[in-house]
Amino acid sequence: MAEVLHMRHGSNAGQPITRRDGVLKVTGQARYAADNHPPDMLHAVLAGSRIARGRVVSMDIEAAQAHPGVVAVMAPGNRPPLALHPDDKSVPFSFCLDLLQDDRVRYAGQPIAVVIAETLEAATEGAALLAARYEAEPVEVTLDAEEVFVPQAVGVGDPGEFWHGDVEGGLAAAARRLEATYETPQQFHNAMEPHSVVAAWDGDALSLDMPTQGLALTQMRLAALFGIRAEGIHIRSPFLGGGFGSKLLTGPQVLGILAAKLVGRPVKLVLRRDQMYGPVTHRAPTRQRLRIGATEDGALTAIHHHVRTAVSRFDEFFEPAAGISRTLYAAPAIAITNEAVRLDTGTPGFMRAPGLASGSIALESAIDELAQACAMDPLEFRLRNYAEVEPVSGRSFSSKALRECYAEGAARFGWAGRPLESRQMRDENGLLVGWGVGTATFPAHMFQAAARAVLRRDGTGLVETGAHDMGQGAWTVFAQIAADSLGLDVEQVEFRAGSSDLPDAGIAGGSGHTATAGSAIQAAGEQVIARLTELALTDPRSPLFGAGNVGVVPRKGRLVRWDDENRGESFADILARAGVAEIEGHGSGAADTAMAERYAMQAHGAVFAEVKVDPDLGQIRATRLVGAFAAGRIINPRLVRSQYYGGMIWGVSFALHERAVLDPRTGRVMNADLGEYHVPVNADVPSLEAILVEEDDPHVNALGIKGVGEIGITGTAGAIANAVWHATGIRVRHFPIGIERMLREARAPGTAG
Amino acid sequence: MSLSVTLTINRVPRTVELDDPRVTLLDLLRERLDLTGTKKGCDRGQCGACTVLLNGRRVNACLALAISHDGAEILTIEGLAESGVLHPVQAAFIAHDALQCGFCTPGQIMSAIGLIGEGQAGDDPERVREGMSGNLCRCGAYRGITEAVIEATHDMTVTTTREEAA
Amino acid sequence: MNRFDYVRPHTVAEAIAAAAMPGSAYLAAGTNLLDLMKIGAARPARLVDLNYLSGLDAIEQLPDGGVRIGARVRNADLAHDAAFRRQFPAVCEALLSGASAQLRNVATVGGNLLQRTRCAYFQDTASACNRRAPGSGCDARGGENRLHAVLGWSEGCIATHPSDFCVPLVALGAVVEIEGPAGARAIPLQDFHLLPGETPERESVLTPGELVVAVRLPPEAAGFAAQSRYVKLRERTSYAFAVVSAAAGLRIENGRITEARLALGGVAAKPWRAEAAEAALAGAAPGAAAFRHAAELALAGARPSGDNAFKIELAQRIAIRALTLAAAGTPDRLPALPASPFAPIPGGLHG
Repeated sequence: MAEVLHMRHGSNAGQPITRRDGVLKVTGQARYAADNHPPDMLHAVLAGSRIARGRVVSMDIEAAQAHPGVVAVMAPGNRPPLALHPDDKSVPFSFCLDLLQDDRVRYAGQPIAVVIAETLEAATEGAALLAARYEAEPVEVTLDAEEVFVPQAVGVGDPGEFWHGDVEGGLAAAARRLEATYETPQQFHNAMEPHSVVAAWDGDALSLDMPTQGLALTQMRLAALFGIRAEGIHIRSPFLGGGFGSKLLTGPQVLGILAAKLVGRPVKLVLRRDQMYGPVTHRAPTRQRLRIGATEDGALTAIHHHVRTAVSRFDEFFEPAAGISRTLYAAPAIAITNEAVRLDTGTPGFMRAPGLASGSIALESAIDELAQACAMDPLEFRLRNYAEVEPVSGRSFSSKALRECYAEGAARFGWAGRPLESRQMRDENGLLVGWGVGTATFPAHMFQAAARAVLRRDGTGLVETGAHDMGQGAWTVFAQIAADSLGLDVEQVEFRAGSSDLPDAGIAGGSGHTATAGSAIQAAGEQVIARLTELALTDPRSPLFGAGNVGVVPRKGRLVRWDDENRGESFADILARAGVAEIEGHGSGAADTAMAERYAMQAHGAVFAEVKVDPDLGQIRATRLVGAFAAGRIINPRLVRSQYYGGMIWGVSFALHERAVLDPRTGRVMNADLGEYHVPVNADVPSLEAILVEEDDPHVNALGIKGVGEIGITGTAGAIANAVWHATGIRVRHFPIGIERMLREARAPGTAG
Repeated sequence: MSLSVTLTINRVPRTVELDDPRVTLLDLLRERLDLTGTKKGCDRGQCGACTVLLNGRRVNACLALAISHDGAEILTIEGLAESGVLHPVQAAFIAHDALQCGFCTPGQIMSAIGLIGEGQAGDDPERVREGMSGNLCRCGAYRGITEAVIEATHDMTVTTTREEAA
Repeated sequence: MNRFDYVRPHTVAEAIAAAAMPGSAYLAAGTNLLDLMKIGAARPARLVDLNYLSGLDAIEQLPDGGVRIGARVRNADLAHDAAFRRQFPAVCEALLSGASAQLRNVATVGGNLLQRTRCAYFQDTASACNRRAPGSGCDARGGENRLHAVLGWSEGCIATHPSDFCVPLVALGAVVEIEGPAGARAIPLQDFHLLPGETPERESVLTPGELVVAVRLPPEAAGFAAQSRYVKLRERTSYAFAVVSAAAGLRIENGRITEARLALGGVAAKPWRAEAAEAALAGAAPGAAAFRHAAELALAGARPSGDNAFKIELAQRIAIRALTLAAAGTPDRLPALPASPFAPIPGGLHG
């Protein structure tokens, strides 16, 4: 198995070092937001609406206040004022918030009051005693809603409609055609750490312990909401207990801050698990219609990917599910269209691989169905339609080792010899066995970030950026990048992150955090070394004096001649002789727009899945998964593998397990808990392998990094759906694939809707 | 009746005055004793993040009233590493990258120690996976968790055997 | 969680006296009761804490060959009791397929019998539920009910009983020992839980203050040890309630079934013993035809209560699977995935 290790001399990047925050996390010392308990702190508990649309008529505030220990009830009547209406979206990346602005209810679980008490027990019961009464209005929570409209844009500024080539002509000319509809459900992030905040005011200064995937964005939005200076808000978010897109600023967290203002004491507010199924965003449901055609020998003639999705009645976010069809397969004609309905739910948002996860399971299923129609092996079919350039633009890819991913994954999995027909394989117990493949992809995003690096008198380094570690390994990989940028061992670098008083590291999202903040760190370190170099080269007493023409490089705390690494001088010596206490450098990271226009930038992968299905009972298990991914340069193979495993498990979940069950009569989520909203348990994923396929990308950014956090879901979900078909002959297009759907179809094998 | 209970927490006996019988063992640890290593993920016994050892057995601290456990011995994640030396399960979790965000990790580790103590799974990966299925990990660190538990099982068995031989 | 009086009895008599007050609830491990209190579905005025009782925690081998299990015996302790496992392997398989190891370590035998339904409308206090709030209606009817009852339900309630443990117990003719203000009595488990009828709020025969003190397995129940299994369908491989489940026990002599036991889980408000199926199996040759016939008899009175017609077919299939596995013989060691379709299938499936 080929692996990228990049074991350059003196390099920290590429090394599979263990997590630098590992000891803190395995000893319980890593402090998450809700672990803080400032003196004099009170507990706040939300009360959420039990209706999805209408208004709150009354609440028994007296009963709540009469409960021993209850200090205050915050409701629309006494909520402290804000400088900005909660629905004001003038700050970038803002979503409308529910901050007790009025008595209206616009989704089930919307906060309607906050009870603040001396103890958690009192606050919790106080919230129950409010026993709100409502005036309910009829609700709509399904994709069958009557009023359908076409959104102007989907995702973050993607066009709502896109046509390339002659789609109808391509479909008409196709020898093999597929038209099929796929449905994906509403899903909730369910990070293990509930959204939480510990807030303390000191005049206009605000101190917060709060998990966030975007420290600076959160700080900016809070400053606007409260009409205070951003610099007066200090947010600490050293560890997030998972985010997956849900931990940008949410209404409940702001309510905790408002509660602290109301009572004039520090307040802790932590969501109950059921409260995470409403006000903290979700993945919108989709109904996707794929129309695709191919020639007799399996060359795609056209793809039309149409998506119906859902948004809340009061805000905008449209799941960009069809976007994946623009990039993945080489069809001469490609169309993407979108439509949407407005529902009485919270506003959907970014959830791990937004758009791509939902779009991938539909596209990968459809591609498999068409391969089957062409009587071709599904891997061969994908290779037949391999996109050498981005199909809709003709642009080259900045790099694309997908062919190698297919080859290495297939070899490792043992794909060769897979029977073309379904229902051909059984295990020793007689369970049906099926194999499926899916292509994975995720765009290489870059945002904006800044970093500061310091070389200290003793030759050690300090690097700072307000990065976010939600499990992906920021504490570790940024330290590795920082160490390389300064020519130090990673142990010689102090790395600070997770606090809003550090340089803005942008957001931890879009799989772009390592590339963006990493580039900023690299640039900051390089600036330090450039200044250090200048000191050395211009000093006649330095052994490097005059080495400017051959160049010098930093190596393990020394500056050395490029042509002879034995000739050089330690950082500390250079600083000491120059009488300089320390050297500081600053750097920033952002997309190179010229490059981004010239090249299509995507990570790729191939996922191979084996499932077993009980032929009588319909229960399914994903017994073996092999993913091969190419995502540019790998900073830490150990941690990257973990990202791929995690993504692949999300793919299993997408295909087989998770969905929110909404009662269409009330709009309430009826499985708002981890007992009935199923995410995979350990026994669901008995065998996972991730292969890191070498890929050198000179264009994507200076570090050559693409991002690995989300790609694993894509490809995997479709591979499992395809494996289920291969095992059983049943094509389920409604996800997750449930037992009863298998059973219903088992009686009359064919296609399930 | 007095609402005080005496608990031995991480080998230290302490008497705790309970002002409210509703306090769960989990909220007692987290909100009143500053032992916040034990996490609250669901508060309903559905995720395993709050797993501690109660009289040597792994349990969900969220579904136990503190007042029901007078005299109990409790071991939490904070009580594992002795004099700075990691417990074999803790070390194996780091080595196998059996954690990402780390929020479920204390519960996973306490559950793993409980599992090893129960002696039902041994080094059979399928039994370990089943035995660890009461601990959800949304990041998806299951492969590393299973590997870490098996490695720690071996390490602890070897250690025990050596001690017996000595 | 509401405020409550907390009472800590040390004897069964004290407990029963303390629980005489209306609105009292017994607290054992609390894995179900505390959960329901947290979500507001249970609001007892008084908790009678059984954790300080002496006794009720033994697994006793009775002189007649039966076994008496104290109500406070933990699920895990029973499942891992070597002697008990030799006698009643399907009971252990069912126990180990339920919940998680953490919950099994504390959950008690008595509590398992008395656990409440997982119906989402029962748990959701904003919904109408005749079981939780008599007379309020049943929002599960016409709601999300794909996992609800197909046997023994009424217009007033379509909830199911969630226990795994009770399924083999009822198949094996377990008896529930009860003590209460009016003295002690013993009730067959089969008659212990009540079907909803017009009074879904009455879930068992227990009257106020009565306490389950033990569950007894009769001596003849151990006669199925060599051929008894529990199978459970789940929406994930572990840590999930049954969609449907079945326990089967067979005694086979000279190629004929001399006695059969069959019960279903996840299909009704009580663990469902299929006596007509058992009768039909007696004397039959073990095999697909006899098992299919028995399964059809077991579900003879079934009808969908909502979007759950698939469960009728599924329950038949799982009954057939349980009987097939039982006929193949109890494995020497419980499988790594207890009661799972993905556990080894001796002889394999034919198809």
